[in-house]
Amino acid sequence: MNRKKTSVFSVVNYTLLTLVSLTFLYPFLYTIAVSFSGPQAILSGHVFLWPVGSNTGAYQALFKDASMIHALLFTAQLTVFGVLASLAMTVVTAYPLSKKELKGKNILLNLIIFTMYFNGGMIPNYLLIKQLGLLDRIGALFLPGLIDTFLLIIMLNYFRGLPVEIEEAAKVEGANNFRIFRSVVIPLSMPVIATLIIFYAVGYWNSFFDALLYMQSTDKYTLQLKLYIVLNALDSYSTSQVESYSNQIIPENLKAATVLVATVPILIVYPFLQKYFIKGVTIGAIKG
Amino acid sequence: MKNQRSYFKNNYDLYLMLLPAVAFYLIFKYTPMYGLLISFQDFNLFKGVFHSKWVGLDVFRDLLDQHMFWQSFGATLRLNLLTLAVGFPAPIVLALLLNEVANDKFKRVIQSISYMPHFISWVVVYGMIVTFVMPNTGFANVLLKQIGLPQIDFLTNLHWWLVTYIGSSVWKEIGFSSILYLAALSSIDSALYESADIDGAGRFRKIWHVTLPGIRSTVVILLILQVGRLVTIGFEQPYLFGNAMVSDYSNVLSVYIYKNGILQSQWSLATAMGLFLSVINFILLMLANVIATKMGESGLFGGKAR
Repeated sequence: MNRKKTSVFSVVNYTLLTLVSLTFLYPFLYTIAVSFSGPQAILSGHVFLWPVGSNTGAYQALFKDASMIHALLFTAQLTVFGVLASLAMTVVTAYPLSKKELKGKNILLNLIIFTMYFNGGMIPNYLLIKQLGLLDRIGALFLPGLIDTFLLIIMLNYFRGLPVEIEEAAKVEGANNFRIFRSVVIPLSMPVIATLIIFYAVGYWNSFFDALLYMQSTDKYTLQLKLYIVLNALDSYSTSQVESYSNQIIPENLKAATVLVATVPILIVYPFLQKYFIKGVTIGAIKG
Repeated sequence: MKNQRSYFKNNYDLYLMLLPAVAFYLIFKYTPMYGLLISFQDFNLFKGVFHSKWVGLDVFRDLLDQHMFWQSFGATLRLNLLTLAVGFPAPIVLALLLNEVANDKFKRVIQSISYMPHFISWVVVYGMIVTFVMPNTGFANVLLKQIGLPQIDFLTNLHWWLVTYIGSSVWKEIGFSSILYLAALSSIDSALYESADIDGAGRFRKIWHVTLPGIRSTVVILLILQVGRLVTIGFEQPYLFGNAMVSDYSNVLSVYIYKNGILQSQWSLATAMGLFLSVINFILLMLANVIATKMGESGLFGGKAR
């Protein structure tokens, strides 16, 4: 590096990047601050970085609300089962498709890739779900997206890159394809499998549009849909909750607290998982 | 014959593994394509596709006559073009800045932070924005008031709504989109930088003559792909950010299809709209792919289907 000229540029660059990353963090800090602040401080515009006061009223109201707890548990359940089902389907499908010598593989792969560029769209999908009797059932939230084709391609590309010799050796010892897949290929693929888990889990946890489309009864609301309702005060929920805590909280408290509850699981696991997905994304690159 | 039998005996388990996926793609991806037929029908939910009356292209004629359809078409293009104009260069700039950072640890921390918004749902992003720009109490307006400026209706004034919309989509995706550029940057041959050093090139000359040419093909492919998606728009962001005051801008095609189809049960009309879009979209993407391939790049399918 060119020492003489680095200093000014570096200072500007580091400062700029620090400021940029603060803009990513600040909205979260602000929301935390609002959720814990006293009504007076919020209404008079005194909250900007740190909570003014220590008001836990919004969280108390949230966790006393049965429908909120229900949405939380329902979404957790959807995420766990959805991830398991999607992961199994994706990995099991990607493996045979990664075999160069498998007859018929190209036709199948092209038919799969075609669905990334052309699909039935919102209404035919809705009518299908209706016809299958899945409306208002949890299946409507994970069956249509069981395999994410983009993630399938990432997995496929990774399997292709595995050294052939390892599988050959296992074959010589008499293992069949499925055995090789289970005890040789899967253990070698953990980093990419972690990537898939992250993307599927985030997808299911953030499930909003599908719930808006397919779920009718309030006990099948995902957390994001519930948050949407709180934000727009579409039901008596937020107003009645606020009223019962009238001298402690205002709608702003409740909205901010709900936003945080809806995203805190992601924020907590994110730092531990983020090192995995970068690799996964660049493996799939823009090829998908 | 014998060869075939031993091929099957050796590989039948691989085919078995494919069965669930075949069922999945048939039911959940190809059946809805068949459902597109109802855009040529006067579809009746109780009669189904088999017994509804065929009306040829009548539905499409109705659709193309609708003022609202063209308005939402325009709204979609407007939002997509503006997002492209700001959102496309932004991650390139971020990647270039990150690439100039010598301290690996600092670089990694900034990268990790910048990817995070990608994993946050649009409802959460919207919730944070609502709190932040609230008149009188939101910090954005409090700040404006304190420095003596009038308050801004970020979510109801058309122009400020656009700023909020574009700003939030850049905020959410800039980091994640920079991953591909960073990957391209890291694959530039370091010998090129060394010889530039020997020639006495400064930092900016090196960026201009080595770095930018090094990521040119990635930039071109991603730009073509983005242009290919100009009529495609997600549902969640415009639906959440939209309101009566800004409906001219926020009522994009996906929202329009939802309102006509799901909320008003105009099944044939909404499906026709979807089909019309899917076809335009498909043609654009194929064109994009052909152009990318012609330019000597690997294209969308980048050797993966071979």
